[in-house]
Amino acid sequence: MFLLDQNEFFIDPARCIGCQACVQACSECDTHKGHAMIHLEYVDRGQSTQTVPVVCMHCESPTCAEVCPADAIKKTEDGVVQSARKPRCVACNNCVLACPFGVPKMITDFELMMKCDLCYDRTSAGKKPMCATVCPSGALFYGPRPEIDQLRPRSKPMNQFQFGRQTITTKVHMMAPTGPVKAQYLDVTEVMNENGPRQRIALDILSNLYASEDGV
Amino acid sequence: MSKEKLKANIWAFVVTAILARLITLGSGNLDRFDAALVPYTFATLFAVFGITRRYALWLHRPPTAMYWTRGWKVFLLLLHPRHVGSNAILFLRRLIAHYAFNDFIWRRGRMRWLAHWCIMWGCVIAVAITIPLVCGWIDFRSEADNLEWYRVLVFGYPTVAFPIRSLVGFLTFHGLVWSSFLVIFGVLLALRRRLSDHGAAALQQFGEDLLPLFLLFAISVTGLMLTASYTWMKGYGYDFLAILHAITVIFTLLWLPFGKFFHIFQRSATVGVAFYQDVGKQGEQAKCRRCGNEFASRMHVEDLITVEKQLGYRYEMPDSPVEHYQWICPRCRRALLGLAQGVLWNESQAQG
Ligand code: SF4
Ligand code: SF4
Repeated sequence: MFLLDQNEFFIDPARCIGCQACVQACSECDTHKGHAMIHLEYVDRGQSTQTVPVVCMHCESPTCAEVCPADAIKKTEDGVVQSARKPRCVACNNCVLACPFGVPKMITDFELMMKCDLCYDRTSAGKKPMCATVCPSGALFYGPRPEIDQLRPRSKPMNQFQFGRQTITTKVHMMAPTGPVKAQYLDVTEVMNENGPRQRIALDILSNLYASEDGV
Repeated sequence: MSKEKLKANIWAFVVTAILARLITLGSGNLDRFDAALVPYTFATLFAVFGITRRYALWLHRPPTAMYWTRGWKVFLLLLHPRHVGSNAILFLRRLIAHYAFNDFIWRRGRMRWLAHWCIMWGCVIAVAITIPLVCGWIDFRSEADNLEWYRVLVFGYPTVAFPIRSLVGFLTFHGLVWSSFLVIFGVLLALRRRLSDHGAAALQQFGEDLLPLFLLFAISVTGLMLTASYTWMKGYGYDFLAILHAITVIFTLLWLPFGKFFHIFQRSATVGVAFYQDVGKQGEQAKCRRCGNEFASRMHVEDLITVEKQLGYRYEMPDSPVEHYQWICPRCRRALLGLAQGVLWNESQAQG
C-alpha cells in the first residue's frame, strides 16, 4: 500500500517519560481489544524511573515465527509480523522465550500468544499505530523518514541489533546518536552488566535534606 | 526432491494404502460398497494423502520435531505406575475441556465460542456419519424376517437393529440434517463477526478465513436441499443437486491439507504441550542469568537453544558467563534494549 511504504516506525526510548499513554491506547486497538501489547518496562526499577517502551520490532527474519512449532506466526508481504493465528497457536511459549526483544505475551486464559502487530488494521489503511498517535514525547514516532530526519538532526535511525553473535535486522527503527559514535548496530548484549542510568535517585530525600541543613 | 519431501510422500503413500486396504476389508471386497459414493471415496483418499504429507512435513520443522520427540518422552514419563492413574484423569479432563467444550475459546469470547462449537460439532457428527458410509464400513440391511427393522452391519458384522419408523430411526437417518443446521448456524454467526468486527476485517484473508466458511455453508445448504428434494418434492432437481453437493464436498476434502482446516490436525499438539509444561514445572527451573529470577523450565530453555542452533541462529555469547542469550528472561531483554540505547547516548555525549 502506498501510504504504508512511506511511513516508518521510529522508537526512541531515551525520550520516554513513562506516562503510560501508549499502554492505554494500545488496549483500544481493534485487533486485540482490552489487551495492551506494548510493554512499558522499567530499565532498573530499584534505581531509576527510566522506562523503555517495547513494541514488536518486526524482524526481517523473525525468531518468534521460526521457533513456533505450529507455524502460527505469519509475516505479511509488507514485512509486518502478525500476532499468532488463533486456530493454530498451541500456547507453547516458544515465541515468548525466544523473541530477542521480549515482545510476545502469553494470554494464559485464552491459550494464545498475542503481540504487537503494528496496529495492522490502522497502518494498512494509512493511519498511525495507536501508541504513536498518543505518545506526547515522541518516543514512539510513526511517519515518513524526511520528517524524522528534520525533527531529530542529532539522531539517526538504525535497525540492526546484536545479540551475542546474532545480528537481527528489523522493520522498526531505533533512534541512535549521530556524531562521534559510529555504531552500525545496537549491541544489546554488550550492556549485560550495566545497571541502569548513571543518575540515581536518592530514596532518602528527606534525610539528605536535613543532613545538608545541619551542614553535615 | 528433498529428503524430507520424499519421506513425507512415502508416509502419505503408506497411510493412504492402509486406508484403501481398510476400505476393501470393511466393505467385503467392495461387496457392501455403495457405487454412488465412489467420487467421495476417492476424494477422501486424496485428502488423507495430502493431510499425511503435510503433517509429516510439519513434523520435520525443528521446533515441531523437538515437541514431537519430547512429547513422546514426556508421555512415557507420565506412564509411570505411580502417576498413571492421576495422569489419565488429567488427560481425559483436558481432552474433554479442550476438544469437546473448547473452553479456551469460551474465554476468548462467548459468540466466537458458540460459532466454533456449533461448526465443530456439526462437522464432527457429519464426518462420523459419512466417512464410514463412504468407506463401506457401515451398512444398513433390512431384517430377513421383519422388513420394518434395520440391522447395522459394521465391517460386515451384524450389530444393533432398530425399527425404521421409530425415533431412533428418524434421528439416525436425519443425522446429516441436524449437523447441517449446526454448521449453518455456526457459519452465520462467524460470518456476522467477520463482517462487523473491524479488527477481524483488517486481518482476515479470503482463502484462509472466509473460503472455509463458504465451503461449509455450501455443503450444508446443498445437503439440506437434497433432503428437501426427496422428502417433499418427489426428487425434483435431485441429480443436479447431487452433483452440486458432491462438488462442494470434494473440493473441501481436497482443501483440507492446505488452509485453515489443517488446524484440526495440528491442534493435537496442545495435549503434548500441556504435559511438556507440567513436566517442566516439576523439574529444575531456569534462572535468568541477569536478574536471577526463574522464568521457564530448564528443559524448555535448553530445548530452545538446540532448536535455535538447528534453525541457524547464533545467539551464543561465548565470551560471557551468560553463554547463550536464551538464558536471559524476556523482562531483562526489554530492559537491555533501553539500557543499550542509553549507553550509546552517554558514549556520544562523553565523546562529543
Ligand atoms: S521483535 Fe520479537 S515478536 Fe517481533 S518479529 Fe521480532 S522476534 Fe517476532
Ligand atoms: S505460543 Fe503459539 S505462536 Fe508462540 S510459538 Fe507457541 S504455538 Fe507459536
